[in-house]
Amino acid sequence: MKMYNDTVMEHFMNPHNVGEIENADGEGIYGSPVCGDMMKMTINVDENDVITDCKFKTFGCGSAIASSSIATDMIIGMTVEEALKLTNEEIIEQLGGLPAIKIHCSVLADTAIKMAIYDYAQKNGKTYKGLEGFDPNQTEDDHHA
Amino acid sequence: MKQIYLDYSATTPVKPEVLDAMLPYFTEFYGNPSSLYDLSYPSKDAIAEARGQVAGLINCDPSELFFTSCGSESDNWVLFGVADAQRKKGGHIITTSIEHHAILHTGDFQRKHGLDVTYLPVDEEGFITPEVLEAAIRPDTVLISVMYVNNEVGTVQNIKKLAEIAHAHGITFHTDAVQALGNVNCDVKELGVDLMSMSAHKIYGPKGVGALYIKKGTRISNYLHGGAQESKHRAGTENVPGIVGFGKAAALANEHFAEHVQHSSSLRDYFVERVLTEIPHTYLNGSREHRHPGNANITFEYIEGESILLMLNHYGISVSTGSACSSASLTPSHVLSAMGIPAEIIHGTIRFTVGDMTTKEDLDYTVDRLKEIVAKLREISAVSEEKGW
Repeated sequence: MKMYNDTVMEHFMNPHNVGEIENADGEGIYGSPVCGDMMKMTINVDENDVITDCKFKTFGCGSAIASSSIATDMIIGMTVEEALKLTNEEIIEQLGGLPAIKIHCSVLADTAIKMAIYDYAQKNGKTYKGLEGFDPNQTEDDHHA
Repeated sequence: MKQIYLDYSATTPVKPEVLDAMLPYFTEFYGNPSSLYDLSYPSKDAIAEARGQVAGLINCDPSELFFTSCGSESDNWVLFGVADAQRKKGGHIITTSIEHHAILHTGDFQRKHGLDVTYLPVDEEGFITPEVLEAAIRPDTVLISVMYVNNEVGTVQNIKKLAEIAHAHGITFHTDAVQALGNVNCDVKELGVDLMSMSAHKIYGPKGVGALYIKKGTRISNYLHGGAQESKHRAGTENVPGIVGFGKAAALANEHFAEHVQHSSSLRDYFVERVLTEIPHTYLNGSREHRHPGNANITFEYIEGESILLMLNHYGISVSTGSACSSASLTPSHVLSAMGIPAEIIHGTIRFTVGDMTTKEDLDYTVDRLKEIVAKLREISAVSEEKGW
């Protein structure tokens, strides 16, 4: 059996939305190269709180890159509150599953999205229900726990 | 799709001559070597011939060569067998932090059962220095075990010198020569070792067969108990076809040693040269001078090893990586860590090993694909030279 399914391999070999949005409305960085995975996400948000663009850059393994790619696809067009509800489980489901060992370490997208929205909210004086209790300084601990 | 195998340190394909030698022992000469009727003689004789062939490769007497099921079994035999036979002297074993897990995890197990195991540090090229070994020796040290050639970075230890130190203190010396066999000089008389572990599948022989050299007079207990096979030292019905294959592979390795080393090292050097000059932010880990002839362990900065491996695999190229993301334990390579290489750098290392079937065309194709892959992954990566780590 191959390590990754065809959907994962397709997103890994030809990832969508790679790059950085210039003068992005929000930016989030999660993970660290020491742990083996780091993701940077930039987003643009319109006046209706809809995410109109999202790009990523990821240092990491196959599942880190594939999950970053599919997550950006998923949140473009979502409202900020909808994006805040997106879980890693949903991202993995959309990918058609990942090897068990990869699930807790390499999927950084849900936290990176929260980081980017938090940054947007801070810059624009906005509050979101989905950000209640979210502290960007408390997120490193649960990565590679 | 084109298949390019660059992982000869993981295993090697069985050479056709080896397979041909093995095949009759499955269906034609299937007698149990321990039986007394005529049907058993061909298998008995074949084991004797194979023992001579492997003994010839390492220059020992055939009576000092014992077949096992794999290199790991040979390593386990040494650690448990010496600890048991010499327990009146003491319970201290010295080994190194860069051993194969067959030694490391066996040592960890023995620690849990009352033995004291020292794991020696290595320098930045992966060498155990004589001073470090000398300083670790105690009156209760019963065994020193140092791997001859490292499986990840290919560092070749000065086994002769380290064995001399052990013997100056009256301590039994073992080397895990699984990666060394067929690739560097494994003459046990020149090396001066008491015990040496070997495996067939690294030298174009079959999987599931290994060997342990035990110098006459070495104090070591049996490990696998049962029947009287292997001169009553290793029980279990012999893997006759496997042993025959090991013998044939050893004979071929002996006969073609010089050309194998020349072929591997010249291709490896060509590959390393091309990668290091044509792809920026890459470097070779380990020693240039004292190195496995086929090994190239290369770091690609700012990208992660499993990603490189997967993309190479997409093009039919097989390699391995020291990255944590590819290991079941999610910890980065213990060998590169012991050499003082930072975790973020270890994640970007790939081990390429060339062998007898490798061609220059294979390597040209690999370098061309590597250039594209590295550029692509760096484009995706969140870290870069400009942004730093």
